[in-house]
Amino acid sequence: MSQSPSLNTWSEALSGFYIGWLPLGLLIVAAIPLVFIALYALTYGVYGERKISAFMQDRLGPMEVGPWGLLQTLADILKLLQKEDIVPTVADKFLFVIGPVIMFVGSFMAFAVLPFGPAFIGADLNVGLFYAIGIVAFEVVGILASGWGSNNKWALYGAIRSVAQIVSYEIPASIALLCGAMMAGSLSMQQFSVMQAGPYGFIHYYLFSNPIAWLPFIIYLISSLAETNRAPFDIPEAESELVAGFFTEYSGMKFAMFFLAEYGSMFMVSAILSIVFLGGWASPLPNVGGLALNDLTSGPAWGAFWIIMKGFFFIFVQMWLRWTLPRLRVDQLMYLCWKVLTPFSFIAFVLTAVWEIYK
Amino acid sequence: MSEYFSNIKTGATTIATGMAITLRHFFNAVKRKGDAGIDDPDYFKQVDGLCTLQYPKEAVPTPTIGRYRLYNDIDDCIGCCQCERACPVECITIETIKVTNDDLAACGKTSGGQQKRFWLPVFDIDVAKCMTCGICVSVCPTDCLVHSPVADFSEFDVRNMVYHYGNLTRIEAEAKKRKLQEEKAAKEKAAAEAAARGEAPAAKPAPKPKPAPAPKPESDQAGE
Repeated sequence: MSQSPSLNTWSEALSGFYIGWLPLGLLIVAAIPLVFIALYALTYGVYGERKISAFMQDRLGPMEVGPWGLLQTLADILKLLQKEDIVPTVADKFLFVIGPVIMFVGSFMAFAVLPFGPAFIGADLNVGLFYAIGIVAFEVVGILASGWGSNNKWALYGAIRSVAQIVSYEIPASIALLCGAMMAGSLSMQQFSVMQAGPYGFIHYYLFSNPIAWLPFIIYLISSLAETNRAPFDIPEAESELVAGFFTEYSGMKFAMFFLAEYGSMFMVSAILSIVFLGGWASPLPNVGGLALNDLTSGPAWGAFWIIMKGFFFIFVQMWLRWTLPRLRVDQLMYLCWKVLTPFSFIAFVLTAVWEIYK
Repeated sequence: MSEYFSNIKTGATTIATGMAITLRHFFNAVKRKGDAGIDDPDYFKQVDGLCTLQYPKEAVPTPTIGRYRLYNDIDDCIGCCQCERACPVECITIETIKVTNDDLAACGKTSGGQQKRFWLPVFDIDVAKCMTCGICVSVCPTDCLVHSPVADFSEFDVRNMVYHYGNLTRIEAEAKKRKLQEEKAAKEKAAAEAAARGEAPAAKPAPKPKPAPAPKPESDQAGE
């Protein structure tokens, strides 16, 4: 709780910054996560995923553009920018155009409640976790709009699959997060990290301090993959069956918007996972004897470092799973959700409640 | 119910196994897979590490016994035309000009010490037609026609696939032809003078020995 006095200081100082009537500070607060998404999707998201997948398959990945292919993503973006912006003549123009925008805005809106360190958060809502869960469902609207608006059988199949999948997996995901909320006794994203910060580092994390927390942790890890349409739950875009799923008809920058949205929500679910169960911006290093490692690695800047590193680690796990597991069939997907994850999340919920009462 | 839990257990263990495999490959990506060939006893033991070959920058060396692009060392070629006759797809085109007696030294000898008796204004190999059977190489008496290890020789224009190995330019070839005719004419004149003097004509069985060497390589091959 030592950070409490400095909680949210940076973002509050920024949001109070006006030029005349223009709330420039608020714009900057909103721009920071946006720039972060763009930079991370550019580097770690696209380049990193291509390299990681290549290394897991004994390949080299992009090697030609720049040293070790470092400029490959820039070349790709240049190509996407130059592409013609095609809207099919028989498509529903409004839905077709608005679909990728809704998707990106949906994944970006959740960044409002993600704390980037103890001193920076877009909006420290007291219902932050609830808001984040709700915003994920907002993306479904974008997927359905683009899939329906494309007027294409593959796009429609992809959109329908995606909606069924995301709506189903919301239930185990939300209940798993509710277990975390019970442990913290709060829905505020900052409060989660504050509760898990302490002098012994990672010992205070719910995953390690609570004997039941591993169950909701794994349930949320699995269902977050389904919510972001990542493999092995990528049946909405299933390349081998549906060409590209709901974004079959898209090209150029609209296609890039889907990519940004996907990488945005990948970081979002990874950050939520690390905030709820792994202490968010709290340093994992313990104070050992006279060596105050935890105090040394705490603070606003270190907090931002820790949460981004934890998020990146879980993004690596997502990529790792993607290049390991084959895609699930639709019925297997629903079996996993309704017959395995949902009952187990209820069990985890009851066990967590019992633990919280009698611990 | 027991099947339900055993399914979950199987799922968890197989996912863990699979992820362990991919992670091992991920960490082995700092190494290159060894370049042991298929005939190497360790071939199946070297499964870890990157196996991508960045082709234009690095390539698997072509095997020494492999047959790739034909190459003719024209300095050793005696112009016997056996390769041209042996070729099943007629991809070799040769034109020869007999060397006049005073040019024998200029034409030179092969590296084996054999006197060359033909100028070769045209020695064209159309490698686009060539089916790399290697018959021409086996019949070559001076071993000047070989399969080089060059495997990548694609061209944008198929006409560039014809490789010219001739050792005379067109002007030089015209000069040599004229010289040969002059020598022939001189010889005929000498022979006519000799005939006029009542001597028997001596040297004229030029077409006679020509079919003789043709069956020879065939019989050689049959013997092998």
